[in-house]
Amino acid sequence: MLEIRNLHASINGKEILKGIDLTIRDGEVHAIMGTNGAGKSTLSHVIVGNPAYEVTEGEIIFNGKNLLEMNTEERALEGIFLSFQQPVEIPGVSMTHFMRAALNARRKHEGLEPLPAGEFLKLMREKRKIVELDSKLANRSVNEGFSGGEKKRNEIFQMAMLEPRFSILDETDSGLDVDALRIVAEGFNKLRRPETSAMVITHYQRLLDYLRPDIIHVLIDGRIIKTAGPELALEIEEKGFDWIKEEAGL
Amino acid sequence: MKQYIELYEQCRGMLNGHSAPVLNALREEAFGHFRQMGFPSQKVERYKYTDVARHFAPDFGLNLNRLSIPVNPYEVFKCDVPNLSTSLYFVVNDQFYDKALPAVPLPEGVVVDSLCRAAETFPELVKHHYGTLARSRKDALNALNTMFCQDGLFVYVPRNVVVERPIQIVNVLRSDVSLMVNRRVLVILEEGASATLLFCDHAMDSHAFLTTQVIETFVGENAHLELYELEETHVRNTRFSNLYADQKAYSSAVLDNITLHNGVTRNRTDLTLSGEYAETTLNGLVIADKEQQVDNNTLIDHRVPHCQSQQLYKYVLDDKARCAFAGRVLVREGAQKTVSQETNANLLGSREARIYTQPMLEIYADDVKCSHGSTVGQLGEQAMFYMQQRGIPYEEARMLLKFAFAADVLSTIHLDALHDRLNYLVDKRFRGELNKCEGCRMCKN
Ligand SMILES: Nc1ncnc2c1ncn2[C@@H]1O[C@H](COP(=O)(O)OP(=O)(O)O)[C@@H](O)[C@H]1O
Ligand SMILES: [Mg+2]
Repeated sequence: MLEIRNLHASINGKEILKGIDLTIRDGEVHAIMGTNGAGKSTLSHVIVGNPAYEVTEGEIIFNGKNLLEMNTEERALEGIFLSFQQPVEIPGVSMTHFMRAALNARRKHEGLEPLPAGEFLKLMREKRKIVELDSKLANRSVNEGFSGGEKKRNEIFQMAMLEPRFSILDETDSGLDVDALRIVAEGFNKLRRPETSAMVITHYQRLLDYLRPDIIHVLIDGRIIKTAGPELALEIEEKGFDWIKEEAGL
Repeated sequence: MKQYIELYEQCRGMLNGHSAPVLNALREEAFGHFRQMGFPSQKVERYKYTDVARHFAPDFGLNLNRLSIPVNPYEVFKCDVPNLSTSLYFVVNDQFYDKALPAVPLPEGVVVDSLCRAAETFPELVKHHYGTLARSRKDALNALNTMFCQDGLFVYVPRNVVVERPIQIVNVLRSDVSLMVNRRVLVILEEGASATLLFCDHAMDSHAFLTTQVIETFVGENAHLELYELEETHVRNTRFSNLYADQKAYSSAVLDNITLHNGVTRNRTDLTLSGEYAETTLNGLVIADKEQQVDNNTLIDHRVPHCQSQQLYKYVLDDKARCAFAGRVLVREGAQKTVSQETNANLLGSREARIYTQPMLEIYADDVKCSHGSTVGQLGEQAMFYMQQRGIPYEEARMLLKFAFAADVLSTIHLDALHDRLNYLVDKRFRGELNKCEGCRMCKN
């Protein structure tokens, strides 16, 4: 599904990603762990095409298509979704307007007519239940005045609405209490299909207990320095990253 | 300037002949002031952002001989805001259209009529107000308008009468050649009266139009006025409008001015709070792109204590639009306990769009609560990226942000149906689907 080869990227002339190789197949969930500032968010932004970052080398292939030739919205329409570490507040743009624009753009891309208003609202209601998002929030401006946890729920709600092929969860668990974490994680699991896959960035084992990732990568200083099975997350929880850095000669 | 002096000298007989004595009475004095002042240069503080003489340089035709315009606006025009049952009137160029009138009668004593006829029917009432706020010596455009004005609109609401149904006046520009129009409006709300006025400006033909308009508004004690102005004309339209309002004690007023589509627009709004405990809200929304120009210039004059004023003007500009906002709030000596707030916020969608913003606060009293400020911003990059990540196309995302920016001015509109209609029109405007007016069937040809 997703294939990243020798990816180098920089922002404001500073190189952050220094040669990333990563392959994620249909149905797989990969976890990315690593110290703060290692480049995890950068990697997710580069995949979804944030124009603030410059890709200096390498390629990203998504279902056979060269992602680097597409702009942000084209990538989104191909089925790539990012649950932002810090979702933006957009005062004055209602969740309903925003979601309708997003959903209908997707439908248009698939050659479908816009969803009639009634059906759209019904869909909103259904999907909201998946992450138990308060109906009051759905009537407000996008993320405006939402608490940290509500913003994260809102991200997964949007994911439920858009049903992406490939999703990236960037620290979706941070800012969530134990119950909210369970709700969001179970919500995410409900959305999984054999043909969908995901990249989950987290610092905590707790989320991974729910999501049961197939593979764990350790990203340090712009490079993936270790890749292993799910047991690696437990080891990191216990011992931190130093031993992995040493192993890698850093 | 010379052409207007010559024209006046040639046509003063005709002007007087086709108008009413009360209106004629101020003509010569106005002419004297105009001849002496000429058009204001851009060195004049309140005309800093608009080169008036340039816009008046071309030769336009005038309909001084009052040839009647062959049009029945009730038949061709569908500007009524759906679900907003208004008492609908038309002013074609400067002529009040009276061959058909709204079916629902106005409350007893309320007058909506041609200004010229009102000046004959109620000479004392008109004389007592006409030209008293819009002084010719204060502004060359007042002088020019007073010199050439032959007709326009008169609205009168007697003491303690509440007009529930909004009064909608559609100003239609209609001509087979390029045309200059000088329209005059007088609005009088007596003590305790209440009314809502909605002025919609449209241009029915694609010819160039140059309009001067002077509106004088008297809001009596304890009276309540809502006055909405909506311009939806075309790029060959030039509008110079001076709105004057005077508010007596305990009165309240909401004055909204929306430029949805235009050519060159200059709106001067001068508001005097002359009775204690008067409240006023002044709002403006400008949407401009292409090479459109809009210059809003306001003055709120707090003359007495305990009044409140608030002002919110928002501009959404794109392409090569060049616009200005200058708003002066004057709190005179002794106007204690004044509360005033002035905000101008601007959103620029392109590098070439220009906004000149100049909020001004002048305070000569010590016990007041006043604030003023302005902001200029671009479309938020992060918000744009967020929306595009959800698959929303670039243009659509821009439109959503522009709409969001404009929304809080629209939300100040108390008339629900107008509010809904404007939401619709503004949305269309941002989609680029509103290059001519939406309301009138003729324009769509
Ligand atoms: N706009 C920016 N300009 C310069 N450096 C940046 C910018 N944004 C992020 N960085 C740097 O990039 C590095 C990686 O950041 P990030 O990808 O957010 O890390 P992580 O998500 O792994 O914590 C950090 O050192 C951060 O300081
Ligand atoms: Mg991060």
